[in-house]
Amino acid sequence: MTTSAISQNGFLRFIRRIPPVYFFLILVFVGGAILDVTFADGQMVTNPTILTNILVRSVALGIVAVGQTFVIIGASIDLSVALVVSVTAVMTSFIMQGDPAKVPLAIGVVLAIGVVTGMVNGFIITKLKVNAFIATLGTTLILRGILNASFANFKGSVPRSFEYFGYGKIGPVPVSILALLIVLLAGWFILARTKYGFQLYGTGGNVEVARLSGLRTDRVLIIAHIISSLTAVLTGLFLVSRLRAGAPWIGTDGVYDLESVATTVIGGTALAGGKGGVWGTIGGVLIFSVIDTLFNQMGVNPFMKNILRGVIVILAVASYTIRSRREAA
Amino acid sequence: MTTTTTTNSSQLASMFGAIWALIKKIPPIYPIFFAIFITVGILNPNYQTMNGIFVFLRRASPLAILAIGQMMVLASGGFDLSMGSMVTFVIVGSSMLLSNDPEKALPTIGIMMCVGVLVGLINGLTVSYFKIPSLIVTLGMLLLVKGVAMYWSGGAPKGYFTDNFRVFGRGNFENVPIFGKFPIALLIMLIIAVIAYFVFHKSNFGKQILAIGDNVRASQLSGVRVRLVRTLAFVISAFLAVIAGVLLGGYGGISTNVGDGLEFQAVSAAVIGGALLLGGKGSVPNVIFGAFTLEALFNLLNLLGLPKPYKDAVQGLIIIGAVAYAAFSTRKKR
Repeated sequence: MTTSAISQNGFLRFIRRIPPVYFFLILVFVGGAILDVTFADGQMVTNPTILTNILVRSVALGIVAVGQTFVIIGASIDLSVALVVSVTAVMTSFIMQGDPAKVPLAIGVVLAIGVVTGMVNGFIITKLKVNAFIATLGTTLILRGILNASFANFKGSVPRSFEYFGYGKIGPVPVSILALLIVLLAGWFILARTKYGFQLYGTGGNVEVARLSGLRTDRVLIIAHIISSLTAVLTGLFLVSRLRAGAPWIGTDGVYDLESVATTVIGGTALAGGKGGVWGTIGGVLIFSVIDTLFNQMGVNPFMKNILRGVIVILAVASYTIRSRREAA
Repeated sequence: MTTTTTTNSSQLASMFGAIWALIKKIPPIYPIFFAIFITVGILNPNYQTMNGIFVFLRRASPLAILAIGQMMVLASGGFDLSMGSMVTFVIVGSSMLLSNDPEKALPTIGIMMCVGVLVGLINGLTVSYFKIPSLIVTLGMLLLVKGVAMYWSGGAPKGYFTDNFRVFGRGNFENVPIFGKFPIALLIMLIIAVIAYFVFHKSNFGKQILAIGDNVRASQLSGVRVRLVRTLAFVISAFLAVIAGVLLGGYGGISTNVGDGLEFQAVSAAVIGGALLLGGKGSVPNVIFGAFTLEALFNLLNLLGLPKPYKDAVQGLIIIGAVAYAAFSTRKKR
């Protein structure tokens, strides 16, 4: 990408390859900065801590949105991510109980939960032929039932050493941002450089054609769902390391289901599947973080925040779908 | 079915064949409902009385109304996930508007109905003209409507519902011949069911909804005004959510979490009642019994002593099972 920027022609081509969401991001950031300087203390542009916080705020949503991008490219959807985040957060702190020796056990257990959830989702969708939305809604309800029946409040805690994931820094760079970057690069690599990536685009583009040309589409989709659940587990681990203990409402309060879908769509991944990528998605995530930070700067009422979030999700998605010729349902 | 001694065996066989054909036509939801309801009745003798059955029906009526609305949208190929928030909005908003004054009960309900129509219009127009899938639109609306309710009330609604507001949800007609007490909520549900039956099964509009759900492009080409019909389906759904909200508020009083998850219950009820997800199929009576079945099942879980959150888990299993069953049986037909 950097080599193409050398010549004038190559530079234009590079610009054109940037997902349009980044121009929106610049627009939102400049608009937000102007609002912040005019109506609040203007720290959004002057205070580096707040600038870094925009990125840290992006970590939780960003990681899970990468997984969501995978399933949406496969023309599926995963609404169970919010509950997987909650289950991970609760189970992690419940198993660890502040004991550093139990960290590997806890991580192993939640990763296993993630793999199983993803496999169950993928299996219900591909083998039982249940609509992806309903299937993952169903697993959401099942997870929620079990979780709420077992835990009512913050349970256990994570040891100090585990908080490194949420608060640690390598030099000036927070560990969490590095983690997001690694997930992003891994996501990009799988989608753009591996055989599996091409299979996923093929399956999402037209499942019948992909199947007839010899792809094992069921397996491709099941793997996409496992990836999605695993990213939700990572988000859960990050959140519990920041909050120091897990509660059952962490995932649902963060609206990770709706927001991960919305940021993916804003980033240019079509809900119909077959196209898109993680770089667009992270642009959408950054937009949400900038807006969130702006709300905090301006001291917006928390209930009002939810109202505005609803409006922004709808408008942002509309700016992409309005040009499509197909009737939505 | 008169029994004659001269019936020969082949006639008998054909008669049984005809009866069997009739039995096979009965949707599975009815035997399932009666099996669950009779189990509940055996475990809890309260349900063996006329009074107990009416108490059950009164409690199930709001869900049945929600399920009818949800089915209209499902049949057209969409989802309405803003229903539960709408119920919360009606309950919280009514408590703000009423301010404990009985005079304001009817105007309050009127205003809420207008809000319902407005929300339905926004849902439908956004889906139709911005071409956003309804699941995203109505999930966004879920956040928005609940946010407005909480913002308006500051998170904690004050006051109480006046008796003339609550009567719709918990009142009874006394001394009705044969029945004794007859719940007002049940009557409202039945009136809605009859209207919905004619709208959905007997009118052009109903056929157009099904046509859109079955194949948008084909119905468009044959002259169905897709956007209008689809928008109306969302308006009906939101309007019925308002009515269900008034009934639930009357039944349970003021609370900010009555509506939580109701949209999923409505989808579940509609799905077990045989409304095909992603459109093209639906039946008003079946969906009502879908709602009754769900309510009876919740009662059963309660009687078995399972903790409340398991309601969610069971519901999740039911939705997946019902949709998988529908997918399986339609594949078999092909």
